[in-house]
Amino acid sequence: MSGSNHISRRDFMKLTTGAIGGFIAAVIGIPSIAYLISPALREDKAGKPVSVANLENVPVGKPYPFSFTVTRVNGWERTSTAYGGFILRRSADPADVLVLSSRCTHLSCRVNWNDEAAGFVCPCHDAMFDIEGKVLYGPPPEPLGHFEHEIDGEGNVIITPVEIKEG
Amino acid sequence: MRALWQKLYGWLDERIGFDDFYKNLLDRPEPRGNWWNTLGSASLFLFIMQVLTGIFLTVYYNPSPDHAYESILYIMNDVQFGWLVRGIHHWGASLMVLVVFIHMLRTFVTASYKYPRELTWLVGIGLLLITIGMGFTGYLLPWHQMAYWATTVGTAIAGSVPFLGDFILQALRGGPDLSALTLQRFYAAHIWILPLLLGGLIGFHLFLIIKHGESHWPDKED
Repeated sequence: MSGSNHISRRDFMKLTTGAIGGFIAAVIGIPSIAYLISPALREDKAGKPVSVANLENVPVGKPYPFSFTVTRVNGWERTSTAYGGFILRRSADPADVLVLSSRCTHLSCRVNWNDEAAGFVCPCHDAMFDIEGKVLYGPPPEPLGHFEHEIDGEGNVIITPVEIKEG
Repeated sequence: MRALWQKLYGWLDERIGFDDFYKNLLDRPEPRGNWWNTLGSASLFLFIMQVLTGIFLTVYYNPSPDHAYESILYIMNDVQFGWLVRGIHHWGASLMVLVVFIHMLRTFVTASYKYPRELTWLVGIGLLLITIGMGFTGYLLPWHQMAYWATTVGTAIAGSVPFLGDFILQALRGGPDLSALTLQRFYAAHIWILPLLLGGLIGFHLFLIIKHGESHWPDKED
């Protein structure tokens, strides 16, 4: 049969076995993988804006810590997760405000403001950020993230609870 | 590429001996084919399918009275293909009891339990009982009204044994009434104790079948 256009019986069997096998593998494999990774495919909706402090209470030139919780429905349960950050008034001007996240950009530990060192110190791997969130030393690959914020008529600092990475 | 594959296959074959497996498992002599002789393989297939879908269900199922039913609703409504995985497990369970039972009937009718296969038969009885036990323990896990009352009734039946009944009932329920303990111990039995017993006995059952070969279909001489 060599030289003719007909495929041999053996090749035909190989081809159809491969095709049917591939089809069966896909029918079993795709639902299996989709089932396992299903929660990761859900869109994470941005939470509602949260009021975290009033400017009256925030001193000028010193980071003011705040925290808030975001509640999400995970599977069959509502889970509240605490997030935190710092409000920095760089000057007396109410518009001159920076809202930093306290999540270390290395491996997500919470940084604390250290007055003596004049920087944010991460307790996990001894990293330090300056007052504007830039890395002074340690392993973090990038500066601290920040939150978009608005200040309403009464001086409340209202943030959008989605951390924005620098750079 | 092909040479590499052949080299790898040769290396493994030299150490594992695929030929022996092939001869003993797939190329062993069989009596003349009959569809009734395929029920054991069908049971094995159903067992493997129940194991795989069962493992997948444990990814989301939560065996606590507070969340068991909610976690199942989550599997059915929110997890992609969750309805399919649970559906296969649910219907496969009933089908497995049915197929294992018909397999037993076939063995009885063709008198395949006779020498030298008595032990295969006895192990098979154990397999049927454990399969029913799997059905009984799995039935409680959704923790809805039907499951709750079915298990109330089922354990009460076990409790009607003379003298030992009360002890058996408390041991099954983990106390005098159905509780979180009942759900938790049924879960442990359903995903660890009974499947391990079942898997081990299936291995022994298969070993005996391969050792003795399959019985021939009875004819006028028998």
